[in-house]
Amino acid sequence: MSEKRLPYALFALLMVTALLLTACGGGGTETTANQVEVFSWWTGGGEAAGLEAMIEVFNTQYPDIEFVNAAVAGGAGTNARAVLATRLQAGDAPDSWQGHAGQELIGTYVATDQLEPLNFLYEEQGWLDVMPDTLIPLISHDGNIYSVPVNIHRANVLWYNPAILEANGIAVPTSLDEWFTAMDTLQAAGVETPLALGEQWTALHLFETVLLASLGPDAYNGIWNGSTDWGSAEVTTALQHFEKILTYTNSDAASLSWQDAAQLVVEGDAAFNVMGDWAEGYFRELGKEPVTDYGWAAVPGSDGVFQFLSDSFVLAKNAPHRDAAIAWLTVAGSREGQDAFNPVKGSIPARNDADRSLYGVYLQSAMDDWASDIVVGSLTHGVVANDSWKSEIDTALGLYLNNGNLAAFQQALVAACTSSGPCQ
Amino acid sequence: MRNKKDRLISIALVAPSIIAILIFVYGFILWSVRVSLSTWKGLLPNYTWNGLTNYIELFHDPRFMIDIRNTAIFTILFVSGSLLLGLLLATLLDQGLKGEGFFRSVFLFPMAISYIVTGVVWRWLMNPAMGSRMSGLNLLFSALGLDFLANEWHTTPNWGIAFIAIPAIWQMSGYVMALYLSGLRAIPEQLREAARVDGATELQVYRRIILPMLRPVTLSAMIILGHISLKVFDLIIAVAGKQVALDVPAIYMWQTTFDGYFFGRGAAIGILLLISVAALVIPYLHYSLQSEAEV
Repeated sequence: MSEKRLPYALFALLMVTALLLTACGGGGTETTANQVEVFSWWTGGGEAAGLEAMIEVFNTQYPDIEFVNAAVAGGAGTNARAVLATRLQAGDAPDSWQGHAGQELIGTYVATDQLEPLNFLYEEQGWLDVMPDTLIPLISHDGNIYSVPVNIHRANVLWYNPAILEANGIAVPTSLDEWFTAMDTLQAAGVETPLALGEQWTALHLFETVLLASLGPDAYNGIWNGSTDWGSAEVTTALQHFEKILTYTNSDAASLSWQDAAQLVVEGDAAFNVMGDWAEGYFRELGKEPVTDYGWAAVPGSDGVFQFLSDSFVLAKNAPHRDAAIAWLTVAGSREGQDAFNPVKGSIPARNDADRSLYGVYLQSAMDDWASDIVVGSLTHGVVANDSWKSEIDTALGLYLNNGNLAAFQQALVAACTSSGPCQ
Repeated sequence: MRNKKDRLISIALVAPSIIAILIFVYGFILWSVRVSLSTWKGLLPNYTWNGLTNYIELFHDPRFMIDIRNTAIFTILFVSGSLLLGLLLATLLDQGLKGEGFFRSVFLFPMAISYIVTGVVWRWLMNPAMGSRMSGLNLLFSALGLDFLANEWHTTPNWGIAFIAIPAIWQMSGYVMALYLSGLRAIPEQLREAARVDGATELQVYRRIILPMLRPVTLSAMIILGHISLKVFDLIIAVAGKQVALDVPAIYMWQTTFDGYFFGRGAAIGILLLISVAALVIPYLHYSLQSEAEV
């Protein structure tokens, strides 16, 4: 070997070695009897810290079970769900995994028979007594409960800038009409953006809250279970309300994330923003004070209704470590587990017997509402529609935002319910 | 005998990669074709025969129509923009100016960056906010008194996709420049001299001699840019996220498959993408193999 070729040969050798090492690394997941593999997309921020806190509770209560944290990062779970789908298709299910409570789980995993019902655990642990009655049907299918909700977020929250409202002599609106009048006043007073809006999914979020506010909880539940017609006049009215609301939004919505849009309110660039209550955690991160820097109310017209979403954990059918998985779910549904997770994550527990002193001003008010309000589910965050249906609605909304054709939007919604929802 | 042994060894050496390509490329293409002809919707495979329904539905799908339109606009602007700018840069560098190597590297560097990075940077530059929240290029224009240039960039109704071509051109025109530069260097100086002696102006030299001789380079560049353009995905996601207004087939395929579990429809979009890229590349391969054989 000539001297000139030696470096190349060494480099090649290095590459081959690296390749071999990578290959060896792949098969490293050993299964021991006493472990539980829990799959989630909680890899950063308050979510990961909350999960860690809950794992700590688990380790104290079950010191002999090893907790395997199989979290996959990226895109609010988009990447994780793709990885999970691949694993389930290959018959390599984790013991328990995270999913948005409701139809997202049911339509995807119950429909394909991947989950074991958890009614026995709810009865054994007395969870039915500490969770709202209106919640249970939303996370059940044919009378079977399939997941343990760990936290609760509220979707129908209107965030507002108290200073802007005061300066313009506006009271917090409680109906859609009052809201329109308020935003007309703001526009007339030269406020550039009465309502801050972000990229397409935040428009879907706004859309679901307007549907709820306009239809009321019964008809709102009806469009998801098939008893209210998507083609009906009341849905048309709701769509017209949505159309009107969009006229108060910022022109650069498509280029803003939900954080950007929410920030406009606390920075005084916009008066209102509709976003789930994770926005509150973001406002705190920005160093803003509740009540003085930002206020909150139910989206006008939806007072007394709690539009929820929830992260929950499931039990895999034929879980490799079933007992350990049940131990994990017991912790996830326990008061101690939920009180460890939620203050860190910035959400409220699904149970209504939590220790209130652990939570801030906003979360305490949300806990009061959770205990007393009618509970309905969120669309954007997976409670009321399965993923296929939701993605068809999202496409219909995207087309509407693009072409402004309201009649075609309603037609597409009717078609989506027929092709992927209960309107067969 | 030695020849035969050599041949056996060489076949043995390439066999693993041939087998791997057969399985992981062609095998999966066939599998995708099969999925695209099925009713598979949901988590688990369902190979119920569905004929061409998925394809027919796509051509009645308003979102897919937007995808086709967006891809067409993007491809035309991106390919022509990169070719023109690349040719211009190559011509300038070919004038034998000082520090050519430095400028060549500077123009070529954007290519070394991933589309995600390009996308994030241009997302900041092309900030469409107006009024008091103006930033990025709009703020620069406004500070220079060029307010009329401030615009909504990729959020422009109906034509937003055209602005996505700007970062794409920024990234790829340096590469086209390198292709053209090597093409220019391959043209013998005598040809230009001869033309000049015959009384041709510099412009005529370029129009009649140099551009025609660069035609093979132009063709290669068009093919390379064209297939990148048809498959564009990460750049749009980085600049604009998921929104139907700036949708292209690759994004639709990803969203409908992994967010909506429409595996049949997703596979159909994938196959249509493959066909469109193949329609571009195969004639080119045929042409270049033929011309190699002639040489």
